[in-house]
Amino acid sequence: MTAPGGRTGATRKLVLGLPLGWMLLFTLLPALVVLAISFTEKRRGAPPFTPLLVPGEGLLPELNASGDNYALIFSDWLYIQAFAGSIRIAAVSALITLLIAYPMAYALARVREGVRTPLLILVVLPFWTSFLIRVYAWSSLLNSNGLINSLLLDAGLIAEPLPLLNTEFAVHLGIVYSYLPFMVLPIYAVLERMDWTLLDAASDLGARPARAFFRVTLPLSMPGIVAGLLLVFIPALGEVIIPELLGGSHTLMVGPVLWNEFFGNNDWPLAAALAMLLLVAVLLPAALIYRLARRTEVAT
Amino acid sequence: MDADQDRPLTGGDAPPIIRIRGVTRRFGGTTALDSVDLDIGRGEFFCLLGASGSGKTTLLRAIAGLETLDSGHILVDGEDMTGWPAYRRPVNMMFQSYALFPHLTVEKNVAFGLQEERRPRDEIRDRVQATLDLLEMGALGGRKPHQLSGGQRQRVALARALVKRPKILLLDEPLAALDKKLRERAQAELVSLRERIGITFVVVTHDQEEAIGMASRIALMRDGKLVQIGEPRDLYDAPCSRYVADFFGAANLFAGTVAGITAGIATVDSGEAGSDLPALCDGQSATGAAVTVMVRPEHIRLSRQRPAQSSALAARVGALAFLGNSYACELTLPTGKIVRVRLSPLEFEAAGRPAQGDEAHLWWEPKVARMLSQ
Amino acid sequence: MTRRALFPLSMLAFGYAFLYLPIAVLMVYSFNDNRLVAVWSGFSTRWYGELFRNAQIGDALWLSLRVAAVSATASVLLGTMAAFAMQRIRRATGRGAFEALAMAPLILPEVLTGLSLLMLFVMLSEAIGWPAGRGATTITLAHITFGTAYAIVVIRARLSQFDPRLAEAAADLGATPWRTFLRVTLPLLAPAMLAAWLLAFTLSLDDVVIASFVTGPGASTLPIVIFSSVRLGVSPQINALATLLVLGVAVLIATAMLMLWRAERRSAP
Repeated sequence: MTAPGGRTGATRKLVLGLPLGWMLLFTLLPALVVLAISFTEKRRGAPPFTPLLVPGEGLLPELNASGDNYALIFSDWLYIQAFAGSIRIAAVSALITLLIAYPMAYALARVREGVRTPLLILVVLPFWTSFLIRVYAWSSLLNSNGLINSLLLDAGLIAEPLPLLNTEFAVHLGIVYSYLPFMVLPIYAVLERMDWTLLDAASDLGARPARAFFRVTLPLSMPGIVAGLLLVFIPALGEVIIPELLGGSHTLMVGPVLWNEFFGNNDWPLAAALAMLLLVAVLLPAALIYRLARRTEVAT
Repeated sequence: MDADQDRPLTGGDAPPIIRIRGVTRRFGGTTALDSVDLDIGRGEFFCLLGASGSGKTTLLRAIAGLETLDSGHILVDGEDMTGWPAYRRPVNMMFQSYALFPHLTVEKNVAFGLQEERRPRDEIRDRVQATLDLLEMGALGGRKPHQLSGGQRQRVALARALVKRPKILLLDEPLAALDKKLRERAQAELVSLRERIGITFVVVTHDQEEAIGMASRIALMRDGKLVQIGEPRDLYDAPCSRYVADFFGAANLFAGTVAGITAGIATVDSGEAGSDLPALCDGQSATGAAVTVMVRPEHIRLSRQRPAQSSALAARVGALAFLGNSYACELTLPTGKIVRVRLSPLEFEAAGRPAQGDEAHLWWEPKVARMLSQ
Repeated sequence: MTRRALFPLSMLAFGYAFLYLPIAVLMVYSFNDNRLVAVWSGFSTRWYGELFRNAQIGDALWLSLRVAAVSATASVLLGTMAAFAMQRIRRATGRGAFEALAMAPLILPEVLTGLSLLMLFVMLSEAIGWPAGRGATTITLAHITFGTAYAIVVIRARLSQFDPRLAEAAADLGATPWRTFLRVTLPLLAPAMLAAWLLAFTLSLDDVVIASFVTGPGASTLPIVIFSSVRLGVSPQINALATLLVLGVAVLIATAMLMLWRAERRSAP
């Protein structure tokens, strides 16, 4: 398709230059600023960190970098546990999400075409409604005087309210609930394109339905599964709202720790160092998903 | 439509409406068009024929201005089109996919080009209606493209190009997207449409039967070059090379050398046939020249009895298939060469109903066999 | 459906229940007369009344709507430009770098995006005096940045389905490149641009983390107000607000999606 002024250089430069300039200024440059500040030290004043470059003896300024923040993170159990907690919780939640999402995606791929679109819209719709409110809805359900506990108490199943809120369980629940559509959609996309006569062929060759599923359907849906796992894992890793509202102070994750370093302790350099390490943790699976997307692009 | 357009010409002395000179177009390492020279006459139904990748569509797009040329010139009605963007050229194109605007109704699709010309509203309405009526689509003006059948879409695409009254209508595989039955009808309609409105049609197709059925002249393309240009009959009966002979239907080809020429009939000594073959002399090849003799399957006579002709070849009947209106028969010569023969049911009876494994003899009138020097 | 499909189907039903029940419960209890959220003591709209009289929430909503509308519009403009630019870049490495940069906000953790933009704004304001303070402007700039990334995804998906022959056909019929853009490209792209706008709008309306970082004193968006309120516990007023927000967005989005779905079907080959 042509954009306006396809032949004139000025419009063409604007169409590329404006978004590119924006991205350089508001995506790349900020990341570099964080990287720089992560090597400074906290101080009182504005801005609350020491300058990275100080006037040197000659004309050139001198670099005043310090690796103290990183050293602190790697020597303090609190931070190590926060990273380990984030990775563990994100991974476990992604797997639980898969177990719920796969049968859903499977059913969506097999229902009549007429009802498929409305059902798909129903899966996507929660994604559009406020994330914050959906997490809040669970916090009010899981509360010690929330609906779940009241019902169980009224039914006489429990004598005292269960400690549901402010547990790791609640964080898992929140992540699964919030990111379920992210898992359903890529798996559905793969299953929808699958040639279902392959299952007839497998059955014709003597495979029982369960065997046919494990030997044909599941391997073919692998790209969707991997994409879904990463789409849940990556945002869960840096999650703030879910651990803040559902996890309480017992659940250690990087997001809330960084949040507190910044808003509570006003320690910008340490927050910056934590952010850079979080970036590294995120980039690895992100590179994987990028390669995966490229491969399917080539395949189709 | 314009009544003052010229009647069709095939060749002739009138200045050509399209003059293509030395046109070259490269894509990376491949040459899609290799210094093509071609004249197309006013009012022709001209077919660019070739296999996929032969450059025929690139040539059509170059005329439309949708390809920039690496070198060469295209003149339309005497005017050099070099540097003219597609939107200023007096030609219009019907795309293979039809490229109907999905967000516009049939009427608005057809009106699109006239609106770009800033025509008065009344004129646009009248011309759109007249063109839709011409193509028997008058009742469907309010529909969107997705509500039309394949055949109807093709007519809208045609109407959208014709309503601009172009000097030349370019058609890229106009029948390819239609099913077989519809295709035959649409082919006849295109021919009669061109006769009624009188403008020049340039059609790209890969189907030689389609080309033979529609065209006043055909240019066969291969690897970005024109291989042969002529009326359909010329290309079928007198191909200039083995490639052309093969492209236009089945052909039996025998390689050999000219042994002698008498009264315009050459005798070709063919090792493949294991015998001397008679053929119409092409007037260029002399005794001793390496040539190929081409005989179409339907020109070969067959008989179980040995005929009077001295040049008759003995052969054994192989596969035999009844095709309804004819019999297709494969015979093997003693050299192992397979000869394909097409017999009408009457000829089949006259040949003595040959059956598989029978000994038979085949021959042809010397003037139906052609000598190919390439 | 055979008996074998029973398990996936029941999982589907369970999945929908899981997705919608918590919100449904929240909505029902927003009409609870009792201050204790879980104890039902009768139907009442008193919390809605209190909500409408709450000036802080009213101001925050107004700020959020303004930020969301401006940033969604800018995101669609930038995203459309970027999507066209990506198509034009021929060199694979150049396109890859541009794509990576454009998609980065989708993958970067929100805390990093928020922190990094705040630090940028602080540094910029020290170096060149702009942006002078932090508030609506800085939140809008931040939201445009991630909104553009989402807009690019939506618009590119549509652009890649485009038949390039349509533009050629328009040129062949006499339309200049600019006229082709106005009469063919833009109308066909409009549904995707609308979808991108809605996406950027709702994401902006929902953002807590990034806004918390880049905002300044006095500029609290609705999510910031909700977040600080619910951290202190469940509040019936927030239940009422949540109900209105969810209903409003759901109706908007469902209508838009049905419209898009119809447009898609119409323009399908």
